[in-house]
Amino acid sequence: MYDVAIIGGGVTGAATARELSRYQLKVCVLEKEEDVCCGTSKANSGIIHAGYDARPGTLMARLNVRGNEMMEKLAEELDVPWKKNGSLVLCLSEEGFSKLQELYDQGAANGVRGLKILDRDEVLRMEPNASDRVYAALYAPSAGIVCPFQLNIALAENAYVNGVEFRFCTEVFTVKKDSEGFLLKTSKGDVRTRCVVNAAGVYADRFHNMVSEDKIHITARRGEYFLLDKSAGQHVERTIFTLPGAYGKGVLVAPTIHGNLLIGPNAEDIGDKEGTCTTGEGLSEVLTKAGRSVKNLPVRQVITSFAGLRPHEDGHEFIIGEVRDAEGFIDCAGIESPGLASCPAVGEMAAGILREKLKPEEKKQFTAKRRGILNPSMLSMDERNQLIRKQPAYGNIVCRCEMVTEGEVLDAIRRPLGARSLDGVKRRTRAGMGRCQSGFCSPKVMEILSRELKIPAAMVTKAGKGSELIVGINKDML
Amino acid sequence: MRACDIVIIGGGPAGLAAAVSARKQGIEDILILERDRELGGILNQCIHNGFGLHTFQEELTGPEYAARFIRQVDELHIEYKLNTMVMDISPEREVTAMNREDGIFTVKANSVVLAMGCRERPRGALNIPGYRPAGIYSAGTAQRLVNIEGCLPGREVVILGSGDIGLIMARRMTLEGAKVKVVSELMPYSGGLKRNIVQCLQDYDIPLKLSCTVVDIRGKERVEGVVLAQVDEKGKPVPGTEKEYRCDTLLLSVGLIPENELSREMGAAIHEVTCGPKVDESLETSVEGVFACGNVLHVHDLVDFVSEEAAAAGRHAAEYIHRLKRTKERPARGKTVPIEAGSGVRYTVPCSVCPARVEDKLIIRFRVDQVYTDCYVSVYFDDERILQKRRLAAAPGEMEEVRLTRKQLREAPGLGRITIKIEER
Repeated sequence: MYDVAIIGGGVTGAATARELSRYQLKVCVLEKEEDVCCGTSKANSGIIHAGYDARPGTLMARLNVRGNEMMEKLAEELDVPWKKNGSLVLCLSEEGFSKLQELYDQGAANGVRGLKILDRDEVLRMEPNASDRVYAALYAPSAGIVCPFQLNIALAENAYVNGVEFRFCTEVFTVKKDSEGFLLKTSKGDVRTRCVVNAAGVYADRFHNMVSEDKIHITARRGEYFLLDKSAGQHVERTIFTLPGAYGKGVLVAPTIHGNLLIGPNAEDIGDKEGTCTTGEGLSEVLTKAGRSVKNLPVRQVITSFAGLRPHEDGHEFIIGEVRDAEGFIDCAGIESPGLASCPAVGEMAAGILREKLKPEEKKQFTAKRRGILNPSMLSMDERNQLIRKQPAYGNIVCRCEMVTEGEVLDAIRRPLGARSLDGVKRRTRAGMGRCQSGFCSPKVMEILSRELKIPAAMVTKAGKGSELIVGINKDML
Repeated sequence: MRACDIVIIGGGPAGLAAAVSARKQGIEDILILERDRELGGILNQCIHNGFGLHTFQEELTGPEYAARFIRQVDELHIEYKLNTMVMDISPEREVTAMNREDGIFTVKANSVVLAMGCRERPRGALNIPGYRPAGIYSAGTAQRLVNIEGCLPGREVVILGSGDIGLIMARRMTLEGAKVKVVSELMPYSGGLKRNIVQCLQDYDIPLKLSCTVVDIRGKERVEGVVLAQVDEKGKPVPGTEKEYRCDTLLLSVGLIPENELSREMGAAIHEVTCGPKVDESLETSVEGVFACGNVLHVHDLVDFVSEEAAAAGRHAAEYIHRLKRTKERPARGKTVPIEAGSGVRYTVPCSVCPARVEDKLIIRFRVDQVYTDCYVSVYFDDERILQKRRLAAAPGEMEEVRLTRKQLREAPGLGRITIKIEER
């Protein structure tokens, strides 16, 4: 019997788990994939929004601004790279200016600090590649960029170290309320718990509706992206938006925390909650729209394209709270953008509700600090040589594009909640994220995974069962 | 800091030939830095035959071809370091590298030969839509898995791209027991050598679909199918021509990119078309004392030409060292003449020549921009055609060359530019 079972190991589930790990509670995270950060959290813009987009008074507005404020300390505690690079919302015509002003007022009402409206010349001085058509822009210095994988993984690792149990490849089929709490039927057997946190992303409506008569509806809203080579990473310094439309904040152009350039997303509502495929039309739409705000986009530098799904709730609002007719069932639903920016605050709020409810004691031995995977390129030459003498694996480059060493890959596999697959290694170390997109390093990482996990090469996967990379040995069917 | 006359970046066919050639020119102090666990580069995974017809007048496999050069490197006692990644080269030719045993170390080189080879273009460069499951490999990665690791990456295969690696892998996968359903090529012609189309596809009844590309990849965990469609003249898919092929694997052979991150960071000027450094007749880059050869310079289709070019680079690097030691300084260059790619020619290597420094002949290598039947390759000195060579067939997949003699160059004192053109008959 758990005190709390969290459905979903995305950034919301992980943030909630970490907050709950401060208390003497028996908590588990049930994740259907083989790793954390496998759904919405792994395919988004990686933006820590400032908080001017949401209407004043909404949860979205409050938690975004709060999450943004919390990020500094959290990133430091968890050793996660992030940067306040600032954002610009471009207004491309005089007619749009009133909307820009509205956005400014909204941001001010939401408590966003440092907002400023810039004229055309100021914008072009800041961002020489901004469109020549720019008329004015809203500048938000508090907006930032973060590595979404590392944030999610760090939250989960820290929760784990503080006693939260993570059960992977555990898909929850049904949730049933009974006198003692809840019975969850999963692909790995029954789970009993007093409380449930529903952090199931695009599937959050499914679980909510199993326990409540007040139905909610979540649509998978697909967004497609391009990732460009680091040689294009300086094209803009800040995150560049255009004025928002009905489907959200529109296509942005932004540097990533690791120095690539990111372009996207479009927004398309789709029926398939697993429909993370890219489409020819969607990708060209992204380029066309991005070209309106930023000129001379170096599209020949594209190294990959991908798509993610936003869990869009019909009311376009975060639904966070205990369900009226299912005591102990806490929703964290509809966490679409600015969900990543808000996640520390979402976790705080969800955990706060449970703290009130369960009145747990604080853990004395809670460790807030987590050390990330050592990045040897941050060391001096002497430090690096000392490290290699002690651990020669740090002298062996596995991924030539991102210059990732074997030492880092081993760390990624051996650490708490370590990587189990190529994608797991990739999200933790960046091996395979670079310009050759794993052509060079995948056989090497496969070999290391096979050795470390003590599994045959044929069982090494890209991202869990069903995604095996090798199907046999030469001539085995002849 | 250790000093060295010539540091060679990469121990593949280019680096090996450059090293051997420089040693034969009397350079004692040579160091090859190789990132893999053995010398030979990508040849080690090219276990098919067809190598060495020009160089050795016999047909060798890739490892055999490499072994001939590795033996020479050993016999000539040329020093090399394996499992060593070069991290940085400064414009002052300080080469910083790393391995398990030495940690990070820097070598001050009098001359550097760039021989890093090339890498494969990934799926993203083509913006192929669809899912991103397991089972999508670049052809070279699959080649490594099959030929080095002995693993089969798939059983039912579609190949996009009819470059040589794609063609070779179609045959290899078939021989290892996989079913290659189709090879799809975006262009209206194959990017590979004619002999590979015959020996790797036709001999095994593997269909080649020209003007055809992947428009969707199906399967969320592992590839389950690939949808191909015809493309129009602009390369855009034609609606209604889609056809799904059930398969578990998609191999991509969609082009090679010279691997020039080090060259760029060092400040070497890069050629827009080849993506390799701009070099002169001595294969010297825009950074003094730094030479380039092989696939890092421009993508070759035959290793024999790589060896020939690399031997020249090694010789020029050796001359550079000899001159440096004799005069303690670099002699002023003579007048330099640009070599331009005229109509029908995509690029030339080299792209400039100092006639005074041409030894006995100047080899200009280039690629044509489309398939030609019965055309002339013409060389113009300014507006005057000085050479015309008839070619019954020319295709972008096969590298062309013209040779100019020292005499021809010396007898044109006012020469302003050299242009290579394709002229139809």
